[in-house]
Amino acid sequence: MKEELITVEKICLIAGKIMLISGAETHRVEDTMNRIARAYGITNPQSYATPTGINFSIDLATTTNFLRITSRSTDLHKIAEVNHVSRQIVDGAISKQQAYYELQHIEKSKLTFSPTVQIIAAMLVSGGFTMMFGGSWQDFIPALLAGGIGYAGMLAFGKLVEIRFLADFFGGFVIGVSSFLFLWLGLGETIDSVIIGAVMPLVPGLHITNAIRDLMAGHLVSGISKGIEALLTSFAIGAGVAIMYAFF
Amino acid sequence: MITQIVMSFIAAAGFGILFNAPRNALIQCGTVGMLGWILYYSLVQQGMDVVPATTFAAMLVAILSHLCARFFQKPIIVFTVSGIIPLVPGGIAYNAMRHFVENDYNTAIQLSTQVMLLAGGIAIGLMFSEVLNQILKKIVKLQRT
Repeated sequence: MKEELITVEKICLIAGKIMLISGAETHRVEDTMNRIARAYGITNPQSYATPTGINFSIDLATTTNFLRITSRSTDLHKIAEVNHVSRQIVDGAISKQQAYYELQHIEKSKLTFSPTVQIIAAMLVSGGFTMMFGGSWQDFIPALLAGGIGYAGMLAFGKLVEIRFLADFFGGFVIGVSSFLFLWLGLGETIDSVIIGAVMPLVPGLHITNAIRDLMAGHLVSGISKGIEALLTSFAIGAGVAIMYAFF
Repeated sequence: MITQIVMSFIAAAGFGILFNAPRNALIQCGTVGMLGWILYYSLVQQGMDVVPATTFAAMLVAILSHLCARFFQKPIIVFTVSGIIPLVPGGIAYNAMRHFVENDYNTAIQLSTQVMLLAGGIAIGLMFSEVLNQILKKIVKLQRT
């Protein structure tokens, strides 16, 4: 096997890619890439990150590298790992080779928590939010169950289709159906506080805030695109739940 | 009140799991989220408007996250994300969209405006701590020279 040539650009791009896929803010991605490049003695690194792609070039005349980002989720563990590697690079503790292999390893690594644990967490989140938003204890159990079922449905449907908004729509639909079912069975009091808790694990609250932060930091393109993504996701969930209202 | 404390801790830590936070940071995430929510909740109970209350709570979350990030050597986003999530107007955003789908545009637009204001309040709260951090760093630098 031929030895792979490891350049600074490669390390910067792979670090940026992992961070963007894991849902870091764009200005932090650019900052990390520039820091890594400077640690390797590059004087004028230029990086430009948006939610859908990264540009990276060194100085004015050298080649420009581009990478397309297609899927995005939130994975704080990977962001923390990349941050750890970039700290080590800046301290000069690891070689280029080591850094590159470590980053590749991070990219391939699986999620820390299994789907079962995530569903249980989603249930707890749903129940917790129902109580936080002033629901009664009677609404706690149905919200817990509906939230878990909805999140599981979203995960399952997300495996089947490529389009994330459809998965969110389906998650909302399942939540609507199961909440109505639980109320019909006599569990719970008010449909609204059950649904609002159950919907919380799906809702893109983080994206809304991140979008506004990016806009305020002057990253207009990524701010607007993230905002639209959040808008579409909450539209999908709202539509999914509202289908039930149309039937009853 | 105790219900609020326990539930907000569970919700924030649960979101930590959903967002795949590092295992050993979950308790800190939950605590930051809980403290932020308690400040928000007690301010609203005192009769303060929700937008300034959210801004203050976001400031507290941001400051706590900065301390945690410094202390536990993790990127700050790990703590802010799960700390801020109880304050984020996700529920209202969903409600707004539901009203749009149901042709109730008046309520929908009111709710959407509230979402924008709340998200802006959170962003200002988060920015505030960053600005504070930068100013502190500059002061330290000036004193050294």
